Amino acid sequence: MKYSWLEVFKAGLSGQKQWPAAWPEVSPKAAYDVIIVGGGGHGLATAYYLARDFPGTRVAVVEKGWIGGGNTGRNTTIVRSNYLWDEATNLYEHSLKLWEGLSADLNFNVMFSQRGVYNLGHTLQDMRDIERRVNANMLNGVDAEVVSAAELKERIPILETGKHVRYPVMGASCQPRAGVARHDAVAWGFARAAAKHGVDIIQNCEVQAMDIEAGQIKGLQTSRGYLKADRVGCVTAGHSSVLATMAGIRLPVESHPLQAFVSEPMKPVLHTVVMSNAVHGYVSQSDKGDLVIGAGIDSYTGYSQRGSPHLIDHCASAMIELFPIFSRVRLNRQWGGIVDVCPDACPIISPIPQVQGLYFNCGWGTGGFKATPGSGHVFAHTIGQDQPHPLALPFHIDRFTTGALIDEHGAAGVAH
Amino acid sequence: MLLIHCPYCGELRDEQEYRYAGEAFIQRPGLACTDEQWGDYVFNRTNPKGKTVEQWAHAAGCRKLFVVERNNVTNEIYAVRTFESYKEQA
Repeated sequence: MKYSWLEVFKAGLSGQKQWPAAWPEVSPKAAYDVIIVGGGGHGLATAYYLARDFPGTRVAVVEKGWIGGGNTGRNTTIVRSNYLWDEATNLYEHSLKLWEGLSADLNFNVMFSQRGVYNLGHTLQDMRDIERRVNANMLNGVDAEVVSAAELKERIPILETGKHVRYPVMGASCQPRAGVARHDAVAWGFARAAAKHGVDIIQNCEVQAMDIEAGQIKGLQTSRGYLKADRVGCVTAGHSSVLATMAGIRLPVESHPLQAFVSEPMKPVLHTVVMSNAVHGYVSQSDKGDLVIGAGIDSYTGYSQRGSPHLIDHCASAMIELFPIFSRVRLNRQWGGIVDVCPDACPIISPIPQVQGLYFNCGWGTGGFKATPGSGHVFAHTIGQDQPHPLALPFHIDRFTTGALIDEHGAAGVAH
Repeated sequence: MLLIHCPYCGELRDEQEYRYAGEAFIQRPGLACTDEQWGDYVFNRTNPKGKTVEQWAHAAGCRKLFVVERNNVTNEIYAVRTFESYKEQA
């Protein structure tokens, strides 16, 4: 079924109760050409673009939980492309361009809202970095501007721009085309569109072992039986090292809890996204009305999906200083997701040299959501053609041998 | 919040007094190593799920480095040991 206003109207005649399932429940087949491990946004996007751009390829997505139940549902939904270095900017801008047509492409409303993103500067050095990044963005064809503190106050009246706070706001960078999207809808939209192109989406199917013979992947042992495949793409975020261990390799990533929290729903109060690296926090207001606030990663590695409360405390203090109006807002929920952080804060989108037919898309760290469509697109082409997509080439795992890192930690990393 | 016992200070203190210092017992390769071995040493990590053996520094205390054996899923701390205790064991 193609979703349209007419279908909504027709279903309305019977109380909106006649909708078919968005994608079918399938049992695993014995063999596939490509298996994508991980049914999050990136994995589903990979499967969708593989099936769409390489017709005839038998693709399956295996997910140990349920679609939308992993990190796709835990992130703070911010989408932007204002990175510093050319390689990163090109990749994220590719993704942003896909976001701009995504709802129409998937025939699923991902509620992509280009409400702008402001990155605040609190010191002279912050402002110099912001100017440098804005210039770099403009040279790369990414929309960006430097905004003064006075102009910020005009645009975001509830933002504290006075001089009496601990870290006064001196200005910001702004990317008007950036914004937020509905994270669950992204997973559901990609899953539905992928299934429409013949992808088998297999939930509750955990990979337990990899079958590798003479340096070639042969298949996967899963909780729902053995699945044969010549090519396997692993897109498992915080659990990438767990999959890597099954393949007998190590990755340059470490898993950390990353925490976020939401407030009770409120009337519209914040129409854009505000981020601050210096005091560390970022906030937007969802369409439901709750403030979505993101903190930093815990210093220690772990898979505990909770993290330590002092990070929440630190982030909430920063938010209240930036937005005194939020001081009496009550928080509804707090959670932690496990993110795989790379030494250069850039992802790995790469074939694995030691194992023929094995590919990893990981290391997105704290900021993978924004890249969902672009990541899937370039990873699909990397697998489909068995050679890195030009935009993915700088993100080859070889860079940790050659030393050609793309250091986004100091520039646009940290806060996502 | 992790509560960590410092083997030097003999105190159970909260995590904020400490600084996490990564996987313990990483062996530095010799000078004749290949680029692959050097890259593996600098960047690759085992990043296990479950039991980790990691370094912590008592940054706001004695400032010494020591080893924590921890379950990184449940955050249970199995043991806190000095580096010397491993040497004695070996």
